Amino acid sequence: MLAVARPLVRVAPRHALRAAGVSTWSHVPAGPPDPILGVTEAFLRDKDSRKINLGVGAYRDENGKPYVLTSVQKAEELLTAEKLDKEYLPIAGLPSFTKAAAKLAYGAEQKHVQEGAVAVVQSISGTGALRIGGAFLARFYPHSKTIYLPVPSWGNHTPIFRDSGLEVKGYRYFDKGTVGLDFAGMKEDLKNMPEKSIVLLHACAHNPTGVDPTPEQWIEISDIIREKGHFPFFDMAYQGFASGSTVRDAFAVRHFVAAGHEIALSQSFAKNMGLYGERVGAFSVIAEDPEQKARIESQLKIVIRPMYSNPPLHGARIAGTILNRPELYTEWEQEVKGMADRIISMRERLYDNLVRLQTPGEWGHIKRQIGMFSFTGLTQPQTKALAEKAHIYMTADGRISMAGLNNGNIDYFSESVSKAVKGEL
Amino acid sequence: MASAETWDGVPLAPPDSIFKLTAAYKEDTYPQKINLGVGAYRDDDNKPWVLPVVKKATELLLHDPALEHEYLPITGLPEFTNAAARLMLGSDSPVLAEGRVTSVQTISGTGANHLGALFLSRFYSWPEGKKEIYLSDPTWVNHFAIFRNVGVEPRTYPYYDPATIGLAFSAFIDALKNAPSHSVFLLHACAHNPTGVDPTREQWGEIADVILAKGHYAFFDCAYQGFASGDLEGDAWAVREFVRRNVPMLVCQSFAKNAGLYGERVGALHIVSPSAPAATRIKSQLSVLQRSEISNPPAHGARLMALILNSPELFEEWKRDIRTMAGRIIAMRDELHGLLTDKYKTPGNWDHIVNQIGMFSFTGITPEQSQALTEKAHIYLTTNGRISMAGLNSHNIEYFAGSLDKVVRGQL
Repeated sequence: MLAVARPLVRVAPRHALRAAGVSTWSHVPAGPPDPILGVTEAFLRDKDSRKINLGVGAYRDENGKPYVLTSVQKAEELLTAEKLDKEYLPIAGLPSFTKAAAKLAYGAEQKHVQEGAVAVVQSISGTGALRIGGAFLARFYPHSKTIYLPVPSWGNHTPIFRDSGLEVKGYRYFDKGTVGLDFAGMKEDLKNMPEKSIVLLHACAHNPTGVDPTPEQWIEISDIIREKGHFPFFDMAYQGFASGSTVRDAFAVRHFVAAGHEIALSQSFAKNMGLYGERVGAFSVIAEDPEQKARIESQLKIVIRPMYSNPPLHGARIAGTILNRPELYTEWEQEVKGMADRIISMRERLYDNLVRLQTPGEWGHIKRQIGMFSFTGLTQPQTKALAEKAHIYMTADGRISMAGLNNGNIDYFSESVSKAVKGEL
Repeated sequence: MASAETWDGVPLAPPDSIFKLTAAYKEDTYPQKINLGVGAYRDDDNKPWVLPVVKKATELLLHDPALEHEYLPITGLPEFTNAAARLMLGSDSPVLAEGRVTSVQTISGTGANHLGALFLSRFYSWPEGKKEIYLSDPTWVNHFAIFRNVGVEPRTYPYYDPATIGLAFSAFIDALKNAPSHSVFLLHACAHNPTGVDPTREQWGEIADVILAKGHYAFFDCAYQGFASGDLEGDAWAVREFVRRNVPMLVCQSFAKNAGLYGERVGALHIVSPSAPAATRIKSQLSVLQRSEISNPPAHGARLMALILNSPELFEEWKRDIRTMAGRIIAMRDELHGLLTDKYKTPGNWDHIVNQIGMFSFTGITPEQSQALTEKAHIYLTTNGRISMAGLNSHNIEYFAGSLDKVVRGQL
């Protein structure tokens, strides 16, 4: 029998090798899979019927399905009936949307909002807002080119800020021992940072831990930051989604501004309006007066124009419609509360299950944490085992998206976690 | 605390130059004013035109029970990017069959240019390590900012010859020959912006010859496929010819004009590699770059375009809508040419009006004449004499031709 060696790799035809610059890209290495979005890819490849995706932070309803808000559906129908054109938006985005976004974040009655002293631009969701902000700060913040992130933070923060031209450092935030806030460590690090540092703060529903400061702790944080002259850069991706109340979730942002801080803010409407893929967000800076606002906005436009010229229409029109029409706004607020409430009920059920299964360890943090995510405290080997043996997918750091749990899968999940912790998977 | 002085050093940036023109036009109360600065299609009543096929696709999408707003993959909607690649390169393209093309959905043409420039700035083996891009003189004004923004310094190559109001071909070829080997040249695939002057197929062949001989890299910007001549396949000729000849290249693709999707921001970047494994590696690196800027691209416009590209009936309807737009532009060119040449007998040769292609035309008038048109006749155009043919229609073309005639004769 003839043994024919089969080439493992198909070599490109000779004419291609000769001409298309065979050396042009031969040195380009494979980039790593995204640690968060890669989880969904692995989930999609899995064929087991029990599989659960607890990776990406996208809300799922009681049946594990994506949830299109009825306020969003209504807004879309209204917009289609208006037969609007598709002309380019201004570089800074849809004015009716950006104005409303600022009101939502800061409060309609807030002084800077009323006086036209909030520089605000539409962005490609939260990622885009952070990127615009990072680039603006790297160019114009006079006192530092370093940004301090809580440890841990959303994985994408680091590459966003690094690529914007900032150095990235950390401050203590999560206490593994208590599975809660390391408040003493956080305060110490804020005090020890060089004066006038840029500090990134998660406005509510910290990602990935779900651990938020209390209002009293926020006030202390604000005082320290004032003492040190630091610059607060808030990331608010979950307004309304954390507690169910858009006002309550904006407490930290509004307190800081009321206390006289001039902040920057990244807002996302991906989760609270379920507009994920439409990429709806806003970046804003509290300015001194309209003249300073104009100067800042003019430079934000210079950041935006060479990256993508102007932002996408569709999502901003939907969000603007909801925010500017009282009936839709009310309906939306109720839907956000509904989503937040379901998450909270899943937290309670998961806690009850884990306790009932006599899972070793303390699990109170599941109920104390807030928002879409929970830092379970599971170790990397445990999360790996859960993926491989139980077909349950989460990020390697043990973060789960509570939104992926429902009454149909929470028992299987609880049992699998209990087994994983006991080493019985 | 972050105080009033924090932003003292932020200067007021000058507004976009086109913005000033548009603002001045809006404020003008003259009844016969004309806006020829607009880079967007207008119908014969000077209204924006949402393509009928886009309206159909919108209804289909809205009434699809499976409609949701979930995140797209980082590299975009596959039904869109695959179809966009087939549109650009030809559905029977061998490079597609061989898996040698990396396609990523981008925020329209600007996003594709930016991502392509960023990728090159990180991974291209620049001659002597110097990051430089050769842009045509003139080119779309935003090209300069796009490349500078990612640390690639723009240089220019001769392109437009004011003496002939045509292509400075031999100077162009010389520039290709004299640039260091393995330089990166930005080429407009069709309907050159702002001049409307395109190389002939023969000239494209010679351009490819030199590019191959010098090992240059071709950075194609294709914002007007179909819109230039009315024929999608024909307008892709230069890109496909370069692919056929194995020129190292990428293509930036925009659906802003040809599908009238402007503000929905629909585009794609296609990078052609020597091998499928290279294409896969490149895709992973583009994902990393995309993730730290936008995470994933906007869904709506891509979904509309995917419906149109993947449905035979909608695709045919789209082609008809394109022919409507391109046809109206071409008719305006013919009519303007006729008015200047036959009716007014305006001094000079005006054949370039019909020889140029696409939305824009370089009239050949001087900055002073352009300004006079604006100040005396309330006709708004950029000072380089560029007009947007889309701004002309059956109601205003006489007034424009008459005013142009006067300004050329110095009678305005």
